[in-house]
Amino acid sequence: MTEEEIKRVLIKLLKRIAPDTEPEGLKPEDNIRQVLGIDSFDYLQFIVGCDEEFHIQTPEEDYGKIASFKELIPYVSIRMKK
Amino acid sequence: MIEFRMPSLGADMESGFLREWRVKPGDPIKRGDIIAEVETQKGIIEIEVFDEGTIGELLIKIDEKVPVGALMAYIIANGTSPEPSKPKLIDEKKETEQGRTRDRIPAPRIPIHTVKASPLAKRIALEKGIDITKLKGSGPNGAITRQDVEKASTGEGEMTAEKAKPAASAASIRLAVAAAMSKSNREIPHYYLSTKIDMSRALGWLTDANKQRSVKDRLLPVVLLLKAVAKALVTVPDLNAWWQDGLQRKTEIHIGFVVALRTGGIIVPAIHDAANKTLDDLMKSLTDIIPRARALRLRSSELADSTITVTNLGEEGVETVFGVIYPPQVALVGFGGIQEQPWAEKGMLDVRPVLTATLAADHRATDGSTGTQFLTALKNFLQNPEQL
Amino acid sequence: MSATPNVMRVTYREAIRQAIREALMKDERTFLMGEDVGRYGGAFAVSKGLLEEFGPERIMDTPLSESGFVGAGIGAAMGGMRPIVEVMTVNFSLLALDQIANNAATLLHMTGGQVNVPVVIRMSSGIGRQLAAQHSHSWEPLFAHIPGLKVLSVGTHEDARGMLLTALLDPDPVILFEYTSMLNLEAEIPSGSGAIDITRAKVRRQGKDISLITYGAGVYKALEAAAELASAGIDTEVVDLRVLRPLDEDAIAASVSKTHRALIVEDAWRSVSISSEISARIMERSFYDLDAPVRRLCGLEVPIPYPKHLEDASIPQQQQIVSAIRNIFQHD
Repeated sequence: MTEEEIKRVLIKLLKRIAPDTEPEGLKPEDNIRQVLGIDSFDYLQFIVGCDEEFHIQTPEEDYGKIASFKELIPYVSIRMKK
Repeated sequence: MIEFRMPSLGADMESGFLREWRVKPGDPIKRGDIIAEVETQKGIIEIEVFDEGTIGELLIKIDEKVPVGALMAYIIANGTSPEPSKPKLIDEKKETEQGRTRDRIPAPRIPIHTVKASPLAKRIALEKGIDITKLKGSGPNGAITRQDVEKASTGEGEMTAEKAKPAASAASIRLAVAAAMSKSNREIPHYYLSTKIDMSRALGWLTDANKQRSVKDRLLPVVLLLKAVAKALVTVPDLNAWWQDGLQRKTEIHIGFVVALRTGGIIVPAIHDAANKTLDDLMKSLTDIIPRARALRLRSSELADSTITVTNLGEEGVETVFGVIYPPQVALVGFGGIQEQPWAEKGMLDVRPVLTATLAADHRATDGSTGTQFLTALKNFLQNPEQL
Repeated sequence: MSATPNVMRVTYREAIRQAIREALMKDERTFLMGEDVGRYGGAFAVSKGLLEEFGPERIMDTPLSESGFVGAGIGAAMGGMRPIVEVMTVNFSLLALDQIANNAATLLHMTGGQVNVPVVIRMSSGIGRQLAAQHSHSWEPLFAHIPGLKVLSVGTHEDARGMLLTALLDPDPVILFEYTSMLNLEAEIPSGSGAIDITRAKVRRQGKDISLITYGAGVYKALEAAAELASAGIDTEVVDLRVLRPLDEDAIAASVSKTHRALIVEDAWRSVSISSEISARIMERSFYDLDAPVRRLCGLEVPIPYPKHLEDASIPQQQQIVSAIRNIFQHD
């Protein structure tokens, strides 16, 4: 998966969890939760979605490291290759 | 014959629109089945039954407005005949003395499938040969007006068959919240208590617990809070109650959990029987209920049953919540954010993750000492998470 | 004081005085009688100066006995005079109700058509200047109930100037309701104003969306409400009933068949009122023209209170008319 493809999947996931937001407009360094107004419950669903879509495991202590697309996309990309 | 009536889905509700029957006459039903969908200010609500039997007759037409308490359907209880049974020979004198003979007469079957339309609209529809039952009214209480008929005759009318506009809007939710909260502030003399809770043990326990769980099964801190509230209520039952002509304690603990909608407004679905649910069960309940609440697709019992409300504003960066009770409940528990704060204990100063828990309670129902007992119990549970 | 040569600016009080004066000059059988109408100039100063001009035989102060002097007026009318009897306020008219209902209204019938009673009885009605429950009621419905009477409601300056003159030409008893609250109100009327029709209601403002039907002190309020509603895109037709008995049913039906909706506004109490009668007539005549239920705004069913704010709250005001009509259009 290219980074562009990963981003597309992430946007689709965010749309599913928060249909009334516009994740397309997120800039790479935007804090996803803050900009979209996503609470911890939705964020957990998002991580669950990521793990299912990309077949990865995201430990709880990593939540803080993947706040923006800029951090999240490489994180997913590296984990997928493992 | 059991009469099924429109349930009240909260203190602020007066009526709803029937949008769908999920059953038809002859269908067997059991407790908990969903028999209808009703549109309210809070979205399309699935209406559950609490009887066993067979559907006898459906009395309300699709898209009709149904006031709370209106007869919607007859249910034939198991083991009885579908026809109204012959009145048993009863001691008439006794009955009359009690003034209850009226109840023995089967309810009159007044046809209520009438179309609400203005006389002018009906006249024009007749003249133009338009089937008025197919029209959707834009007048008072959904009445069909001249304009509706004239639009239909030129083909731009809104037919009922086309699905109606989105069930609830941000504005209708706002109105529902406004009605409930105004009633609360008007009628309920609130008192407020708050306490700070050291959450280091609870969070540590949660991190350990989550390590053994797959991503899907991980617990959020709010689950601990809900469980702690439920367990504290077991020890202080006076706060798990409704105030309706006096204090009515509730045996089961149904926690209304405030879900904020991104478009504005809140909706407060009940998490049923929270005291007897495990932490994992509570997490599952949240996973089920929050998306449905956000989509405004809840069940009648979820809107009607709450015995206390929990609001968790911590994620917004708030420290203390002074809540407004949702009538007829008598208490609301508010949680702020878990923030690192200096913490003095046993003569030592430390930095701890601290949670401020607040109780807003109805002073008609309880006094400060009850509230204090509750917050103390809540604190104990959160400081000893293994007990949850 | 006239702004242009063709109109003159008068108060409601002045318009009534001009009408009385013209009546006295036109017909020497006409005289004014009532409590304090002479030397005091009228409790509300309507007849100020007339005693000096016409003398005590034609401007006649009476004792405080409504039953007595209204009866005397009826007798004078039977004897060929054309009296104007002033009852100071509407509340006191009940003391004379026996004379009005049992004599004036019935004599033509009971004499087999031989005796007409051409009396005109004026009374100051409705709320005015904090005159409280002894002086402020709206009893048009009581009088409009009685066959044999003609009941007029003077809702505009034009009618204040003209209705009395036509009433005096009527061979039968006419009750004229004037409105205390309007006495100081100024308006422009044509300078040649005088006798005016007293058989028909009048559309004071044309509109196509709703008929706002009212009378008396409600007319100007209705017109102001209609102007406000026009800016919200609601085109209100204002119908001034003018004649409360016999009702001009044709005018009501014509308006409702045009607008398909009706709001009736009156200061009188709601139960068994003019508005309930109008509503019933609309049902009888115009049911199939209705596109919405008929609505009413009436006085609260309490004795009129003394304090100003409660007095105002006891009868329909412009803002309530506006919101009642808005609600008819923007329901749910």
